[in-house]
Amino acid sequence: MTPPAVAVKDLTLAYRDTPVLWDIDITIPQGVLLAIVGPNGAGKTTLIKAILGLLKPAAGKVEILGKPYQQQIKKVGYVPQRGTVDWDFPTDALDVVLMGRYGHLGWFKRPGKKDYALALDALDRVGMADFASRQISQLSGGQQQRIFLARALVQDAQIYFMDEPFVGVDAATEKAIVTLLKELRKQGKTVIVVHHDLQTLKEYFDWALLLNVHQIAIGPVEEVITSDNLRKAYGGRSAFFVS
Amino acid sequence: MDYTIFMVMIGSSLVGCVSGALGSFAVLRKQSLLGDAISHAALPGIALAFLITMAKSPMIFMAGAMIAGWIGTMLVMAIVRHTVIKEDAALGMILSVFFGFGLVLLTLIQRLPTANKSGLTHYLFGSAATLLLEDVKAMCLMGVVTLAGLFLFWKEFKLFTFDKDYATALGFPVKRIELILTLLTVTAIVMGLQTVGVILMSAMIIAPAAAARQWTDRLWLMVVLSAVFGAVSGLSGALLSGFVAQLPTGPTIVLIMSAIVLISLLFAPNRGMIWEWFQRRQETKLLRQKLMEKHKS
Amino acid sequence: MTPQLEIIITACIVSTACVIPGVFLILRRVALMSDAISHAILMGIVIMFFIVKDLHSPLLMIGAVATGILTVLLTEWIIQSKRLKEDAAIGLVFPVFFSIGVILISRYAGNIHLDQDAVLLGEIAFAPFNRFLFLGRDLGPVAMWSMGAILVMNLGLLLLFYKELKLATFDKALAATVGFSPVLLYYGLMTTVSITAVGAFDAVGSILVVALMITPPSTAYLLTDRLSRMIVLSVLIGIASAVSGYVMASLLDASIAGSIATMTGAAFLIALFFSPKQGLLTTYLRSKHQKTDFASKMLLVQLMVHEDQQEDFETTVTHMVHHMDWSIKFSKKIARYSVEKGYITRNQDQLFLTPLGREVARAAIVH
Repeated sequence: MTPPAVAVKDLTLAYRDTPVLWDIDITIPQGVLLAIVGPNGAGKTTLIKAILGLLKPAAGKVEILGKPYQQQIKKVGYVPQRGTVDWDFPTDALDVVLMGRYGHLGWFKRPGKKDYALALDALDRVGMADFASRQISQLSGGQQQRIFLARALVQDAQIYFMDEPFVGVDAATEKAIVTLLKELRKQGKTVIVVHHDLQTLKEYFDWALLLNVHQIAIGPVEEVITSDNLRKAYGGRSAFFVS
Repeated sequence: MDYTIFMVMIGSSLVGCVSGALGSFAVLRKQSLLGDAISHAALPGIALAFLITMAKSPMIFMAGAMIAGWIGTMLVMAIVRHTVIKEDAALGMILSVFFGFGLVLLTLIQRLPTANKSGLTHYLFGSAATLLLEDVKAMCLMGVVTLAGLFLFWKEFKLFTFDKDYATALGFPVKRIELILTLLTVTAIVMGLQTVGVILMSAMIIAPAAAARQWTDRLWLMVVLSAVFGAVSGLSGALLSGFVAQLPTGPTIVLIMSAIVLISLLFAPNRGMIWEWFQRRQETKLLRQKLMEKHKS
Repeated sequence: MTPQLEIIITACIVSTACVIPGVFLILRRVALMSDAISHAILMGIVIMFFIVKDLHSPLLMIGAVATGILTVLLTEWIIQSKRLKEDAAIGLVFPVFFSIGVILISRYAGNIHLDQDAVLLGEIAFAPFNRFLFLGRDLGPVAMWSMGAILVMNLGLLLLFYKELKLATFDKALAATVGFSPVLLYYGLMTTVSITAVGAFDAVGSILVVALMITPPSTAYLLTDRLSRMIVLSVLIGIASAVSGYVMASLLDASIAGSIATMTGAAFLIALFFSPKQGLLTTYLRSKHQKTDFASKMLLVQLMVHEDQQEDFETTVTHMVHHMDWSIKFSKKIARYSVEKGYITRNQDQLFLTPLGREVARAAIVH
């Protein structure tokens, strides 16, 4: 039997005495495209960060492919929110993508020919091959997002976590990302994406996790996105989305 | 050549080179002013090292300075993490309170009967002319260790400075990386105290990196340029103050460095202000031409 | 008045004068501008001195204030140009002016009493030697009167612009829409900081100016979040540091300015650990309690959920260890805490919700 891609057991995370995530208990099978949706402040980013060990939970545990995260680091790729870094940093697109190889290289070792080849290939996959030596501050928001995607691709992972990849990107990039997501699923990878646009949910994803501090529902998109569940997650505002 | 000037030249260019290289990371991490706090915080460390050992040895002084600078840095981080106090106020407090405490210790030392106290006040304003072979040897050792550390952890420092969360997710122990980087920065600062003094040391950390950033978009080139700018300023500052009477070394080095910064801000290709102004004028000209042509047809 | 008393009074006046603009510096997150300005003014003082050849001329003050403003303008200009970040910009400008000041002193002012030590470290112990004589009568040290004037000015400005400063500090956008120019207020504040720093420099030195402007207000910030209370507390802490610093200095026969700076730091340390709201010790204890209380609620919710499902094996301490990924010690502690609170009853290894516990669990879920 294959272990689930991600298994979260009774995860609770609090800031001081305010719970940000409460008793999350989810199992994500391998090979799905899962969107984490919910209102602002629902703890979507927090959940990803807790799974990746960036935040310490008050209780509960996380397993990636049946083992703790620390033993599976090389099987996980991560695309953080674009706004979390200083894009005026003196480096070029290729160099940022190469950072995706650092985990495989470990301490002290520098990227070699193979890593460069992988990085160039990843840039090509996101349609950024011509921008390899472009300074990162001179890229558009969409192009920066694609660089981050390429960086996760060279990690050559089984499971990808992406935090709001569609925010502030142009239509072409959005399309490119969707194509990439489908491609990854075809290869049998699992992709977990923080998303906030309910309109595109059915079109882009096959699974969804509806979250608002508590988990509301998880499963195939059709089953999860019911007016009842949406009311639970969004309160009165949900009627707008369901119509 | 004069032995003293020779020592000063080697010492100053070494300080400029190392602080320039490490300063690049401080500036990129938006922690330029941490250098100011560390250098001021080092003063009580130097004084305590003397009070405890009663020996005037550059190695012991630098060890004391490093420990105090390190404690100061940790306090700044703890205050920012655990209270409402923001970084600027935390830095300002550590800087002024540690320095004040250092002054108290210095006045105590001055009243000691043991005459072996000269040398301590050099750290206040810097006194490159008093550099001895022994000091330069200690500085060389610290410089080599610092630059070797920078080379060794290059990839980790780059990743950590650019994207801390990503580094954590890749499995790198970011706390340890931050610790090493901070330790190397403290070493670079402490190394320069005797030459340029507590007050101006922060400029040695910031200015070369700020200038280098304007010329390049590559990290390695920025670090190399920054080290070169630092070394050149150190060397020329030492020479100038060696041949012109009553020209203190530290301030001279800082002024040369600042001149490089100004030139870089104005004239560097791409980022320079004059360059940008010229570029923009060119663009308006083109636009105007196009509009004219459209108008005619 | 004895010289000792004169020194103490002068120190208290200096401290109060510094603390008032300091409160707004730290709230606006520009505390380090005090460091920059107090060093940069050296150049203004020295250049003016070369022009008027008199160390006690009021023109020195004008030169210094002009340099202070110039420092702020240049720093802002670099930040606005987007070539460098704020921290680097602040750290670049003042060393230039300070260096020019030091070089001018060492090259041209070798023989007069104007040296960098005096500017930086100050020596308030000398304050009583410089008397203020008016119509042949001795009215006390000059420093006391000049700093007194600056204190009156700072107090006056504070009372006059309290509302505007408060608004501009907490809500720049709103201040601008109701017609108070935040830029004007900012430069007004920086001018005040410059004047205060110049006035204080020959009495206490620039380092103590920085210590007094930043540390007592930060200490007060740990104790209150009301602006008016923060100002009053800062003044009190500043005065306490000045007096205790003087006592420490005379006991140890050490630098007075250094001792006062040390005392401001000591006051901050005390508040850092023991402040009822913000203190490290108090927050540690509180967060430990919160952690326990929170964990207990998690346990109650678990018990309630499984109560519905009638799986009794879920309701044991052993299972808590397994299920919540807690240590045995922590699980036992939480169970003990919950029993003490009356949330659960315990029979050997088995745990049962009390009606109170069920209520708490339900409230926690809705939360």
